[in-house]
Amino acid sequence: MVKARLKPGDLIDGFLIEAIAHNGGMARIWAVSRPDIDFPILMKVPVIGEGDDPAAIVGFEMEQMILPRLSGPHVPRFVANGDFATLPYIVMERLPGTSLYPLLERLPLPPEEVAALGAKIAVALDSLHRQHVVHLDLKPSNVMFRESGEAVLIDYGLARHIHLPDLMDEQFRLPYGTAPYMAPEQVLGTRSDFRSDLFALGVLLYFFATGERPFGDPQRLKGLKRRLWRDPLPPRARNAAIPPALQEVILRCLEVNPAWRYPSAAQLALDLQDLSAVKLTARAEKMKRDPLGMVLRRRFNPVPIETVKPQTAEAQLANAPIVAVAIDLAASTPDLADAMHRTVARIIENTPDARIACINVLKINRIAIDTSLDEEGRNKHVLRLVELRTWSTGLAVPGGGITFHVLEAVSPADAILDYARENYVDHIVMGARAESAMRSMLGSVSGEVAAHAPCTVTVVRNRPRPGGAPDTG
Amino acid sequence: MLLAILSDIHANREAFEAVLAAVEGAGADRLVLLGDIVGYGADPEWCAERAMALAAGGAVVLRGNHDEAVGNPAVSMNPTATFALEWTRRQLGSQTRAFLAALPFEAREGDCLFVHADASAPPAWNYVLDASDAGRHLAACAARVSFCGHVHKPALYSTAPGGRVTHFRPVAATPVPLLPQRRWLAVMGSVGQPRDGDPAAAYALYDTQSAELRFQRAAYDVERAAGKIRAAGLPASLADRLLRGR
Repeated sequence: MVKARLKPGDLIDGFLIEAIAHNGGMARIWAVSRPDIDFPILMKVPVIGEGDDPAAIVGFEMEQMILPRLSGPHVPRFVANGDFATLPYIVMERLPGTSLYPLLERLPLPPEEVAALGAKIAVALDSLHRQHVVHLDLKPSNVMFRESGEAVLIDYGLARHIHLPDLMDEQFRLPYGTAPYMAPEQVLGTRSDFRSDLFALGVLLYFFATGERPFGDPQRLKGLKRRLWRDPLPPRARNAAIPPALQEVILRCLEVNPAWRYPSAAQLALDLQDLSAVKLTARAEKMKRDPLGMVLRRRFNPVPIETVKPQTAEAQLANAPIVAVAIDLAASTPDLADAMHRTVARIIENTPDARIACINVLKINRIAIDTSLDEEGRNKHVLRLVELRTWSTGLAVPGGGITFHVLEAVSPADAILDYARENYVDHIVMGARAESAMRSMLGSVSGEVAAHAPCTVTVVRNRPRPGGAPDTG
Repeated sequence: MLLAILSDIHANREAFEAVLAAVEGAGADRLVLLGDIVGYGADPEWCAERAMALAAGGAVVLRGNHDEAVGNPAVSMNPTATFALEWTRRQLGSQTRAFLAALPFEAREGDCLFVHADASAPPAWNYVLDASDAGRHLAACAARVSFCGHVHKPALYSTAPGGRVTHFRPVAATPVPLLPQRRWLAVMGSVGQPRDGDPAAAYALYDTQSAELRFQRAAYDVERAAGKIRAAGLPASLADRLLRGR
């Protein structure tokens, strides 16, 4: 390997070295440019010397392997990889502004700001997880933001791509990560569970909401392992301004057993975007750490860690879809409502961690400025919610939970589509409007939704009985 | 150059044809057959003739233990394989027997090595089943990237200077960059008798330019191949395992 000492003005594979942007322990980062690239770019060059930590080299190899395979607004755009035989480097997009790190100066942040930040990071994690990558080093200094507002996750040196060989695994004995943020299963050496990133986000949220790290900053393996049995002080005991719903979300992220956390980053994002819809459990009301007796029992009889292998990580995620069920009870027959119920029950049976959102569109008049606030409007709204709840009776949702929403809109199809886009919906289930004059006059809502949806759409329709009258209603 | 690497065809004409069609569709420039063209399946003569024609057209064709056993009774095998082998001998013509007997143990091209089993002693037909077997193979050869078969389950091993050997279970159709600063051993799945639980025929594509390796699967008419094994009077277990891919 050529040990080139780069300096401003050097030209490497067409990239002009301009100025040093960051001098880190593992890598040096240069601002660079190339005439054909019209966005700001950086060159990351690993610091490799005699006797250096071999993990630093492997981490750089992993980043060279993973970054070119990622796309979308939540990762820095990849430009080029330099050959290890000559000069190893990665050139990527330079993001504006700074990471979340400087924010540590002014913690705690107001709870609503914490929830909003958390929601953006969860959306970025969802995008990463859907590209088969576990970040495994989520922390404030690795989160940046685009001018358009999206969170961008940087530094893939500890990341794992489920479909690519893990060079970090097996090579080193100590678990790699950043001590305050590492999930318990990561401490034990698992590097393939998407939910490890949700734990790290839980630590970040706890830190930002209280100003304290939930597990401190242990420097040894023994201290790292403490989080397997010792629960943190509940956030509300540190900061009374934190609402129970935010504590519920944070403590669910910090569950020792990955299976007790959110099953997906998208479901976590959904809760952080609307804390009012969070289902509260004992976590929300907890004001003290667990009593010593319980902690001791846990120490010698540990909490199960139901983690996943690389081969099953994606199935775990696929088991947790967000399903929007659009029902129009006024316009459907009892048969159709039953068929919808059966369809949703089957989805829950097959994907037990599904989150079900039952939605109903309350059509509002384009001309009237606002009728929803008058008493009649409010009554209609409440009545629809009651109808949705009644319809859902008997649907047992063990994992993700079930929520009810009445959307007010001029166009039902647009309302359903907007809801699906804004809430990371994986699957829309809706009933077909029956054969009728209405459908030929207005067109089919389900047809429009199916044509434009960003996800799978199931249109439930009852087959007419042979010889019977067609299903009208 | 895009290399298509096939191993352990095992006289399964349907699987072989499906893979050859897939490889042609992918635009492969060169074929490499890692041996075990015959044995177990119902079409040894057809598969051997096809391999012969491919070799004449420039394909690399290597010797596997079943190919050797056709002409060498000293190769030891389990009873089912021995039964199938005796049947196979009766099906093969003199030309294809001579072709199989003359196949080389290994081949080199650029920084790649091709061999049927572990490279430390190709005629010993050692299996590469885990990271320690892979370590023995990697210690015995100097090639940066090597390919073997024999195991019927795909795997990818790698090592960096001074480092341990890592194991990876490949995910079909995902290109894996074989990073130039490491050494790699790719164990191919089997075309004609997969044993990793997926009955589809296994093969791989390696782009020598980008150093990207893709483990691939091709669906084929398993029922037909299994039916022919039963009709030929070969052990039924050989037909059943095709259906299960185990």
